[in-house]
Amino acid sequence: MEVFFGQVAPSLKEVGSTILLILAATLVLELLLYLILGKLLKSKYTVPFMLMAPAAVGLLFLIVYPLAWEFNLSLTNMSLRHFGDKAEYHWVVCQAAEPGTVQNWITDCLIKNYADVFRLPVLKQVNFFPVFFRTVLWTASNVVCHVVFGLALALLLNRPMRGKGIYRALIILPWAIPQVIAVLAWRGEFHYEYGYFNIMLTNLGFEAIRWKIDPLWNFISMVMVNVWLGVPFMMVIFLGGLQSISNEYYEAAEIDGASNFQKFRNITLPLIQPVMTPAIILGTIWTFNNFNIPFFINQNELETSDILVTALYRAAFQYNRYGFSAAFAFVIFIFLLIYSIFYIRVTGGLKEVTE
Amino acid sequence: MNATPTSATQVQGKTKKPGKTMSLAGFFQSGRGDSPFKRILIHLTLIIVAMISLYPLLRVLSVSLRPGDRLLSTSLAIIPPDASLENYISLLTDTNFLLWVWNSFMITAATATIGVIIASTSAYAFSRWKFPGRKAGLIFLLSTQMIPAAMLMVPIFILSVRLNLVGSYRGLVVAYSITAVPFSIWILKGYYDTIPRELEEAALIDGASRLTTFVRIIIPLSTPSLAIVFLFNFMQAWNDYLLARILLANASEIWTWPLGLQSLQDQFRTSWGQFAAGSILVTIPVVILFLYSSKYLISGLTLGGVKG
Repeated sequence: MEVFFGQVAPSLKEVGSTILLILAATLVLELLLYLILGKLLKSKYTVPFMLMAPAAVGLLFLIVYPLAWEFNLSLTNMSLRHFGDKAEYHWVVCQAAEPGTVQNWITDCLIKNYADVFRLPVLKQVNFFPVFFRTVLWTASNVVCHVVFGLALALLLNRPMRGKGIYRALIILPWAIPQVIAVLAWRGEFHYEYGYFNIMLTNLGFEAIRWKIDPLWNFISMVMVNVWLGVPFMMVIFLGGLQSISNEYYEAAEIDGASNFQKFRNITLPLIQPVMTPAIILGTIWTFNNFNIPFFINQNELETSDILVTALYRAAFQYNRYGFSAAFAFVIFIFLLIYSIFYIRVTGGLKEVTE
Repeated sequence: MNATPTSATQVQGKTKKPGKTMSLAGFFQSGRGDSPFKRILIHLTLIIVAMISLYPLLRVLSVSLRPGDRLLSTSLAIIPPDASLENYISLLTDTNFLLWVWNSFMITAATATIGVIIASTSAYAFSRWKFPGRKAGLIFLLSTQMIPAAMLMVPIFILSVRLNLVGSYRGLVVAYSITAVPFSIWILKGYYDTIPRELEEAALIDGASRLTTFVRIIIPLSTPSLAIVFLFNFMQAWNDYLLARILLANASEIWTWPLGLQSLQDQFRTSWGQFAAGSILVTIPVVILFLYSSKYLISGLTLGGVKG
């Protein structure tokens, strides 16, 4: 208790002074923009640029600058052996090597780390592509379940019935529970002896499953947890979409004698498309990059349960290959970028949003 | 909510072939006038789903109520027969739990507020002006979502060591204020797009400034969306583990609750009971916030700007 009261004032002071600092920096920034854009250049976009300035500067510092730094890192040989204040790491440009001994200057020197991602094991034993295909399988099975269950629940909850609010509140609960806690609670349920699943299985006369040792079941347990976690978000998005569909369409279809399935296919699906496309894109990206579930369910034990992001974390923080892991991170990022561009092109999904 | 069907819908329900309403296709219908059997089936499905949603939390509750170290048990009862509040009491008196929650709360409240303000003004710019670089900006915001969380950890760690930000809240406050901004801008922009421009144009003709139209018209009309964005920002900061781990290092007085609770597992004995009790206590505020804003969740979360 004494520690608590002793610490309240200093911590308040620290957070307060940081906020004042942010405020002061924002004011200076806005004033500068106003003077330069508004008074000097007389730009007609002064107001929007002033509105965006704080976010833009923040993202520059928190995302763009570290990314640029990371890109530089990906060209170096930094690892635990080459780490510290004195820059003991350097670009892998093979100054030392004899020109004749290096077969291909680009792949062996300039982008050696990038080439290594594909030609060497990314962890102890596994190569890039098996992990990549596992990640794709992980993403696909999760997103399909999220969308199907989310849509089914949204359809069930979108009809007039008693207790709708209570069901809705209970079903979105997994979203509200702090992820680390939820995932650790689930991990407990996969315990061989004391977990819920094995108790139920043995009570029903089946053999208990080795959830934490068997690669296949370990993977399945990860998918189960993530489906549990992700369905509420999709359900809420779809409910929003369903509620915006006017009832007149259904009434008109009823007059024409359309069956329920026809109504679903020809009215509901096309009309929730505008919410579905961005939801699927975001859902895919978030699942592909989901760190907490594979990390806390598997707790760095089975390499066969690693998806790309946990493999990345291991390469960086367990094997301390910083330069290599930076290149690895960019490879993951670029794969996602290509997927998203492709998906957006095919569905034309974000046209309305970006216009 | 109202389950009593009007006479018209009742007639409608009866004109259908009874077999059809019970088939799978019946679930695709959005409508009224269901047979009692189907209604029971729907309630049953929803009850099962709600139970699955709730179950892990109930198990944590059950562990937190178990006395002493009798934590591993094959019993599936939620309230153990010898339930006690022992774990809660020892958590509050023997550890710095209150301090951890206070630290988390203070940082989270401050950064969520800053995050919402920053995102709401930017989203307004994206929604109402066609400035050069607008589309590129939106695509940049979307692509920030594709950055793997572990990707930025190495550079952020090394940079914050160099800027002397490790071991204080400064770096954390700045970082949390920004992390949820890209997603928030997307949500808010989608919502602003559905607010008719005529409202602002009328005010502009009357001599109001752009700032006035934003504060007086847009902000009040987008309460649901702002509430949701606040909720997301709040959860992002409240639940974060990775960044706090890197920036707060080893001084246990400045830890946020995720670090503190994790340290209960790190020590020589794993205090599962205390861990569970702490989990329940930190989950309650978020759940209350969630349930309170759940009426806004559906209307405020416009991903694609649906026009009905």
